[in-house]
Amino acid sequence: MKYALIPLLPLIAFMINILFGRRYIKDKAHWVSVPAVIGSFILAVSAFMDVKAGNVINIDIYNWIASGSFKVAIGFLIDPLTAVMLIVVTSISSLIFIYSIGYMHGDGGYYRFYAYLSLFVFSMLILVMANNFLLLYFGWEAVGLCSYFLIGFWFHKKSAADAGKKAFIVNRFGDFGFGLGVILIFLTFGSLEYTHVFGHASVIAGKTINFFGYDVGTITLICLLLFCGAVGKSAQLPLHVWLPDAMEGPTPVSALIHAATMVTAGVFMVARCNPLFDLSPVAMNTVAVVGGVTAIFAATIALVQNDIKRVIAYSTISQLGYMFLALGVGAYSAGIFHLYTHAYFKALLFLASGSVIHALHHAGHHDEQNMQKMGGLKKHMPTTYIVFILATLSITGIPLFSGFFSKDEILYRAFLGGGLGKFLWFLAALAALMTAFYSWRLIYLTFHGKFRGSDEHEHHIHESPKVITIPLWLLAFGAVFAGYVGIPPIFYEHGDRIGEFLAPVLGHPLGHGTHAEEIFVIAVSILVALAGWFIAYTMYLKKTELPQKLEARFQPLHKLLFNKYYIDELYSKTLVQPMLRASDKIFLGFFDGRIIEGVVNGVPSFIASFSRGLRRIQTGVFSSYALVMAIGALCIIAAMVFWK
Amino acid sequence: MESTALNQIDYPILSIIVFMPLAGALLLLFIRNASAVRWTSLFITCAGLAAALPIIASFDKTTHLMQFQEAYEWIPSWGINYFIGIDGISVLFIFLTLLLSILSVLVSWKSVETKVKEFHIALLVMETAILGVFVSLDFFLFYIFWEAMLVPMFILIGVWGGKDRIYAAVKFFLYTFAGSVLMLVGIIVLYYNGSATLDILALSSMRYPFTLQCWLFLAFFAAFAVKVPMFPFHTWLPDAHTEAPTAGSVILAGVLIKMGAYGFLRFSIPMFPDAVKFFALPIFILSVVAIIYGALVCFAQKDLKRLIAYSSVSHMGFVTLGIFALNTQGVEGGILQMLNHGIITGALFLMIGMIYERTHTRAISDYGGFARIVPWYAGIFIIFVFASIGLPGTNGFIGEFLIILGAFGAHKLFGVLAATGIILGAGYMLWLYQRVFFEGYKEGLSVHDINFREVVTLLPLIILVFLIGFYPDALLDFMHPSVEHLIEEFRADTNGKNIFSQYIGLHLGGR
Amino acid sequence: MVPLSWYIMLSAVVFSIGVLGFLMRRNLIMVFLSIELMLNSINISLAAFSHYLQSITGQIMVFLVITVAAAEAAIGLAILMAFYKNNPTIKADEINLLKG
Repeated sequence: MKYALIPLLPLIAFMINILFGRRYIKDKAHWVSVPAVIGSFILAVSAFMDVKAGNVINIDIYNWIASGSFKVAIGFLIDPLTAVMLIVVTSISSLIFIYSIGYMHGDGGYYRFYAYLSLFVFSMLILVMANNFLLLYFGWEAVGLCSYFLIGFWFHKKSAADAGKKAFIVNRFGDFGFGLGVILIFLTFGSLEYTHVFGHASVIAGKTINFFGYDVGTITLICLLLFCGAVGKSAQLPLHVWLPDAMEGPTPVSALIHAATMVTAGVFMVARCNPLFDLSPVAMNTVAVVGGVTAIFAATIALVQNDIKRVIAYSTISQLGYMFLALGVGAYSAGIFHLYTHAYFKALLFLASGSVIHALHHAGHHDEQNMQKMGGLKKHMPTTYIVFILATLSITGIPLFSGFFSKDEILYRAFLGGGLGKFLWFLAALAALMTAFYSWRLIYLTFHGKFRGSDEHEHHIHESPKVITIPLWLLAFGAVFAGYVGIPPIFYEHGDRIGEFLAPVLGHPLGHGTHAEEIFVIAVSILVALAGWFIAYTMYLKKTELPQKLEARFQPLHKLLFNKYYIDELYSKTLVQPMLRASDKIFLGFFDGRIIEGVVNGVPSFIASFSRGLRRIQTGVFSSYALVMAIGALCIIAAMVFWK
Repeated sequence: MESTALNQIDYPILSIIVFMPLAGALLLLFIRNASAVRWTSLFITCAGLAAALPIIASFDKTTHLMQFQEAYEWIPSWGINYFIGIDGISVLFIFLTLLLSILSVLVSWKSVETKVKEFHIALLVMETAILGVFVSLDFFLFYIFWEAMLVPMFILIGVWGGKDRIYAAVKFFLYTFAGSVLMLVGIIVLYYNGSATLDILALSSMRYPFTLQCWLFLAFFAAFAVKVPMFPFHTWLPDAHTEAPTAGSVILAGVLIKMGAYGFLRFSIPMFPDAVKFFALPIFILSVVAIIYGALVCFAQKDLKRLIAYSSVSHMGFVTLGIFALNTQGVEGGILQMLNHGIITGALFLMIGMIYERTHTRAISDYGGFARIVPWYAGIFIIFVFASIGLPGTNGFIGEFLIILGAFGAHKLFGVLAATGIILGAGYMLWLYQRVFFEGYKEGLSVHDINFREVVTLLPLIILVFLIGFYPDALLDFMHPSVEHLIEEFRADTNGKNIFSQYIGLHLGGR
Repeated sequence: MVPLSWYIMLSAVVFSIGVLGFLMRRNLIMVFLSIELMLNSINISLAAFSHYLQSITGQIMVFLVITVAAAEAAIGLAILMAFYKNNPTIKADEINLLKG
């Protein structure tokens, strides 16, 4: 029961901050939230130890909804998968909460920031700790809500408010499928509890369901619907459009929500549902293909972006693609492993870029996120520079850094996955090349060369304060060493500790390759990482005129990539605009206004025109009425007298 | 007859609750001072809620039978009785009505300055009429209350309303009255077909020939569909809501339009099961059209109240969809969603009324950046926005989820279509919120933030949003036996488990 | 002994005068007086029949009519007064607010 406190502590912090923050707590809000989330972290560690000792905690706290045969409880399940997620979420949140003390210092909405952030941690913990699909859905939507608040944190900026709304609505598209998937699970299994559903999955296997006239495998349909939700939340094609815009939020938010935790919820969910996905090859292939294609798609966009945070955002989309690729080829633990390492190095990248933005902002630089206006920050911000390098080494998959282990595992598993797997492996390797290129491009543009802003600004650039750099160092530690829990067995026989730990939930990946294959994959991934680095080095450090030449040479392509394949414009032109216009002109103007109101107002006006004729008779002079009355009376009397 | 007396309280508690506001209205006739009128009115509405509390304690949650029955002969020669009672379905509406009446009085504290006494008399008379509708078990009594509701509402809109109040009031009256008259014809036909009784319970347990059922169903449908309002009978609602004073909008959205759906549950389904089954497909289509159409039209609205009014059309589409799914989840979700809608939309209208008092404009374009100007107001507003969107943790989610679950169980296609309403709902509500509270901050505009009286007004609704969101069993427990009974009877009468069983072979997207 | 027919004749004449006055006079006071004439003509015939048939019912009716007439006159004159305050006229053909 004490583990119920893990989500409750941040919830309490949220309540205190939102109710009393404005008037009483103000800029001391971190005194409420930081201890709460560190408390959660400590409890999470103890839960982890508990699970490691072999316990699985599955308790129902109380009955949430009951209607007929439909019964759902609020209850928690802490198994190895949840335990890993708990550690990731609470540890990174703790660091980011501390980092924000410095980063958000002096902001008018300081208390609000900590309140929302605490609410987010609560929601995310509910999401990972739920023991049934509806509570998962609760967490799922609640993190979306917090994301909405935090992206739109500086809501007076129209772009920020727009981005928040966009994130929420795009996610709703995914949740539409997710919700239907949950409903279908209930109608199929008669319960929403994980243990029941996963226990009976094999019974349902092979059954089909008639859906819009087509016979579809029930499990396949459920999995695809659930995956819709994951596509939205984890920003995969074609619902990825919200994540780059989400960078309008404060940088700690980007790091925590839009890199390390919330966006990986989709990965977590698919991994959680692995007993279902395992039964549906169609769904698995869909996951793998969506993941692989997204990985390369987002990487190509990241090649040419100039906004420092957007590059990292596209990199996140791309890395999430890797995770789905892993899940899709059945290597669930590799996906979760990458989720775990990615959380550290990606959070570090964001926070370090936040440190850069923070420094430039305080130096009075107005275009503080544009890399083309940076350069030469190495000597002003040495700490930031070093941690940035460490994170980049990790994300590009240089051996001995954490990203290498997890990414390599994914590539290897994809390589073993038959023809489709080989193709996806090729895409992923290509994406790795691009990852290396844009990551180093980012470093060279930001930290090397000469400062491209004004001298006056340069003069004011300082390294960020300790409260910012200490979390950076801690995360850098994670970014470098987090991978050592999953050393490939080829190097060290019992190295894949995380895979073993997760095996009770996620099982072992299928298929075993030869040593030669494994070494080949490793060699290729190291090679592409170095190649990407080398290209970036040449283009942005040695021959700095080269990018411009290439840009001019391949102008249409550059334009296409720079404008993100025009997907936002496509959605706007084909979905949003026509709907708004139709709602105004057709539905409201024509249908409501003309047809229904036409009938409604037409009937009375018909009667009115009829009665307008009758109105003439009413002269208003009562003696004429009386005359008519008298004549009428006479007629009646006459009739009575003469009738018979 | 299954109407065994089940009166657990030895005084006529329902009559007291129903007629207390009417007595209060009479009392108000003798009070002159406006502020005394307000306090008295507040006292009476609060006393009504207090008087109803014993019901919670002694309500039997294990039976579907009518409880707290009271039966007296009224016009014996025509078989008309004063017969009232409540079951698990109506009891919740009693409380919703009592609560919203208190809030209506509170919100009118400052906004109604003219003819204060008459305003409160109208409110109290309306409260009696609404409560009467929910407790009546005799058709004659029911019809009296049903029509009596129109008069005070007509006056509220017509006297204290906005610019086009006369048009809106007349439209409201004629629209609903036209429907009700058809229902009156239906009641008279029932009277002559059912051995000259007007006892609703007795009439419900009878079986009628199929053709007669269909005609009667249509007659009742006219009254209920206008009231709900179902597409395409909804156009009175935006006008009435927009022009009505805040209290009027709250009552209108909160309880008045619930009567249509309540009528379906209480009369149409038990009395005409075969006709319900026969008309299930058109009703499903109308419900889904209402959900999507209502939501789409919201995108084009430029007036705050009009937008919320159209969103009501969409939400009530969910309600009818759930009710006619006729499985436990659908019906319970439908009933719960009626209450939720009363709470959420009631609250939204309250809040719009509060800001209107300060700015005197309802045009969305006149607002902007209000999250900075009135932060507490903005914070409370967003709770109801998200409840309306159906975010888990709020009451809206529970209702919508159960409804879609039920609809999906009855017919997949409609479940899927209804779920699209949730996407659209998020779209127009968040866009509204953005336009009012976020972008377009106007310098130098000073508006007072929400005050203590207003917080007190909204607090019960905020609590309900989360209470139902996290512990819906508190309400669902009341309705389980009644709903189960309703569905069992329906299935027994129509020999089918699913409302769409007669469409097997039509391949409408598969059952 | 005056025969019954004479009474009826008288009643008819008085009634006709009342009807003509009601239709022709423009002054509303005169219209009221004409109504009184009509009512009283009925009273005459009621009383005459009552005597002729030796039945008390007719005379009861007479009293009823007198009471009604009094009430009607009172209300009518009150309305007239109220109306005169707003529109200073009591000419029947100038009062045409209800003209359609």
